[in-house]
Amino acid sequence: MAQKRQVRVGSQWMYARDAEKALSEALRVMKEEEGHHESFITKYVFSQDHKWIGVQYGVTALCFLLFGFFLMIMMRLQLGWPGEPFWVIKMFFHGDGKLLPEQYNQLGAMHGTIMVFLAIVPLAVGAFGNYVVPLQIGAPDMAFPKLNMASYWCYLPGGLVMLASMFLLQTKGGAAQSGWTSYPPLSDIASQGQTWWLVGMIFLITSSLLGSVNFIVTIIQLRAKGMTWDRLPFFVWAQFVTSFLLLLAFPPLEAAGVLQLMDRVAGTSFFLPSGLVVSGEVLKNAGGGNPLLWQHLFWFLAHPEVYVLILPAMGIVAEIIANNTRKSLWGYRSMVGASIFLGFMSFIVWAHHMFMTGMGQALSAFFQTTTMIISIPSVIILSALFITLWGGSIRFNVPMLFALAFLPMFGIGGLTGLPLGLATTDIHLHDTYYVIGHFHYVVAPGTIFAMFAGIYYWFPKVTGRMLNEKLGKLHFWSSFVFINGIFMPMFYQGLAGVSRRLYDGGIQYAHAKEAASATNPFMSACAVGLFLSQLPFIYNFFTSIKWGERVGANPWQANTLEWVATTSPPLGHGNFTTVPVVYRGPYDYSLPGSADDYLPQTTPEPGTVAAPVIAPAPVVA
Amino acid sequence: MSAEAHGHMEIPFTVHARPDTGLYNGKLGVWLFLASEVMLFGALFSSLILIRTGSTTPWPEGWKELHVYPAMINTFVLIASSVFVIMAWANLRLRKPKVARMWIAATLLCGFAFMGIKGYEYSLSFAHHHFPKTNNFFAIYFTMTGLHGLHVLGGMVVFAYFLTKGWSMHEHEYQRFTNRIEIVGLYWHFVDLVWIFLFPTLYLL
Ligand code: HEM
Ligand SMILES: [Cu+2]
Repeated sequence: MAQKRQVRVGSQWMYARDAEKALSEALRVMKEEEGHHESFITKYVFSQDHKWIGVQYGVTALCFLLFGFFLMIMMRLQLGWPGEPFWVIKMFFHGDGKLLPEQYNQLGAMHGTIMVFLAIVPLAVGAFGNYVVPLQIGAPDMAFPKLNMASYWCYLPGGLVMLASMFLLQTKGGAAQSGWTSYPPLSDIASQGQTWWLVGMIFLITSSLLGSVNFIVTIIQLRAKGMTWDRLPFFVWAQFVTSFLLLLAFPPLEAAGVLQLMDRVAGTSFFLPSGLVVSGEVLKNAGGGNPLLWQHLFWFLAHPEVYVLILPAMGIVAEIIANNTRKSLWGYRSMVGASIFLGFMSFIVWAHHMFMTGMGQALSAFFQTTTMIISIPSVIILSALFITLWGGSIRFNVPMLFALAFLPMFGIGGLTGLPLGLATTDIHLHDTYYVIGHFHYVVAPGTIFAMFAGIYYWFPKVTGRMLNEKLGKLHFWSSFVFINGIFMPMFYQGLAGVSRRLYDGGIQYAHAKEAASATNPFMSACAVGLFLSQLPFIYNFFTSIKWGERVGANPWQANTLEWVATTSPPLGHGNFTTVPVVYRGPYDYSLPGSADDYLPQTTPEPGTVAAPVIAPAPVVA
Repeated sequence: MSAEAHGHMEIPFTVHARPDTGLYNGKLGVWLFLASEVMLFGALFSSLILIRTGSTTPWPEGWKELHVYPAMINTFVLIASSVFVIMAWANLRLRKPKVARMWIAATLLCGFAFMGIKGYEYSLSFAHHHFPKTNNFFAIYFTMTGLHGLHVLGGMVVFAYFLTKGWSMHEHEYQRFTNRIEIVGLYWHFVDLVWIFLFPTLYLL
């Protein structure tokens, strides 16, 4: 092991591993000193350093994740024990603690919106993408640091507008209540919270536009010498495709948002048909609009959006699996090809969300065919990851546990999607809890687990310290049990005909009553259990920042540049002391005939001269 | 200690093209941005088609409801401005910054002319009691031309900046300044192009 080799530092001999730690520490201290020259504002608030922006995104997104989770807890309490008063509900809505139907609608709409647009995407792309991509490709920063900063500063106000609509409008009809999908005509005539929702969305769309341009340019233009396309870590590929989806799918939603804003503010009728009757009166609008137009524009974004939620997750899982099986990814090229194909296809499947709108047989047939085709690349990626496990000497650390759990969980989410993609079976399943179960398996035990995997994996990169392993395992196992306890019964409920978006979980319907009341209390108890399971993580996160075990630059013995070409945490603005040069692919693990079981991307082929791995800073007086 | 010692590195290819892609960062960036703009206006044009074909009442005839002549003049104003911004860029490449500056000013002037005429057209419509809420024809007319107008305004702000505060950049970073004019020129052509689609679809068809 290279780590056990002794090296001479000054007049002293020490283990290479210790020398590396000392160097890391020395560089960190020097960086801190340098940091004193920057003002607090430019360094921490309006930072242009991709690493700090990544941290800003990450922390903000985790707060929103917790808030979205909290909204869900209130919903689940109501679903489990309909009409019962609860202390948290009383605290939040200042009523008698019993949830009102219109409050449930607010919670549902805001939970969905916050989770998708304010928690998962910013975490997956804004945080992990921002922090890791430039490091992994050997770039000193993102291509446009100012745009990067602007992206965060559009995201935060967008989020604050959404939050404000929940807290400021309770006496004026409350926040948006038309679901995260905001279907008209309901959303057109809803109370003013919906207008706030639209304004918030326009901020968020601007933010993601700025971000996606930046990512694509960075990946195309700023790859270090030798970092050819087939040497890019799969994570970078995933982010690359994701950015294209964000770039091209969001503008139609922006258009739709502008049209809905016009309907609500300027009195137009883009989405209002003629002769609409509201509360017993015919609306006086000009009419002639088309509510389905919204659905088309919305799903043109929102289907690619689900791949925005899942691709970065796959990227993270792939990195961690290769690293912890100590094997090369099986079928790297097929995985990359599959991601690109998936990106293309995701633009022509949107109307599988609209089989029930009466859009006609021919269209249904088309969209169900494309939907079946798009399942193939996901299967390729998932299979490649499974096969990678085969014969590996697996290290079961916390990131790996989360990554491993991702595979079957995403598998369940994906497979249960097939009956929804076939028009015939969707007639029965549409708008039931089966759908809720399906997509939550993809985004909750799927994507969120991948996000946790990423947090445990890159935490030492960002802080120079490890998260506690024992608490991590507790976090993992308890979350794993409870999250399945919530979502697995949803398939049964849905098949039994329990509709989604019901204020009482379905007990008012004769056909749904039995299935709903048999399972809802158990599921809600599991939701509370899931909340409790996050406490060890939150504790671990904050204590480890300060007291976690200090580690060297490359604690996981990984190959990719972020671990082998810079310190942990990386140097200040600029990332590397010398530009790294790349000589090989990212997954050269356990190569026969080499001394270590990993070969960093900076290791030249035998016979060529290596660039320094971590270049010590030259001391200039 | 020098900044270099702490790993402060410049971002590459901000000014000169990366050999294997043939692009500098900003140019690639603006092309991507325009791709997203195509999707934005593409969605609006699709909405127009859907609403128009789905209309149960006869669709108003643009040339009767709107004011074709001012709009036609505006078309020529924008086309001319697209040529002017190229002249600005070409003169920068010929190392004639003073001439280039005149062409930038001419482009900006065209922007003002366009907005002025557009405002006049709007006021004519309002005088006829035509508002966005009147019917879906006017709804889409005001929404699309309004959004396009915002894009024109955005371009004008950038040109105004290059004429004033941003002008000094050409003294010490000549190539970078030339690139900037190229980039805003690309954007300006796109804005022009959108109008060239809007004019016939709204006023003539
Ligand atoms: C981790 C635990 C989570 C739980 C227990 C949970 C639970 C729920 C529940 C009970 C509903 C309401 C179902 C209904 O009334 O019809 C819901 C809706 C929804 N959730 Fe979650 N959720 C979780 C995480 C997430 C995440 C991570 C995302 C997105 C990335 C997400 C996105 C949504 C969306 C989009 C809706 C639909 C809202 C609507 O009806 O418009 N959820 N969730
Ligand atoms: Cu879909």
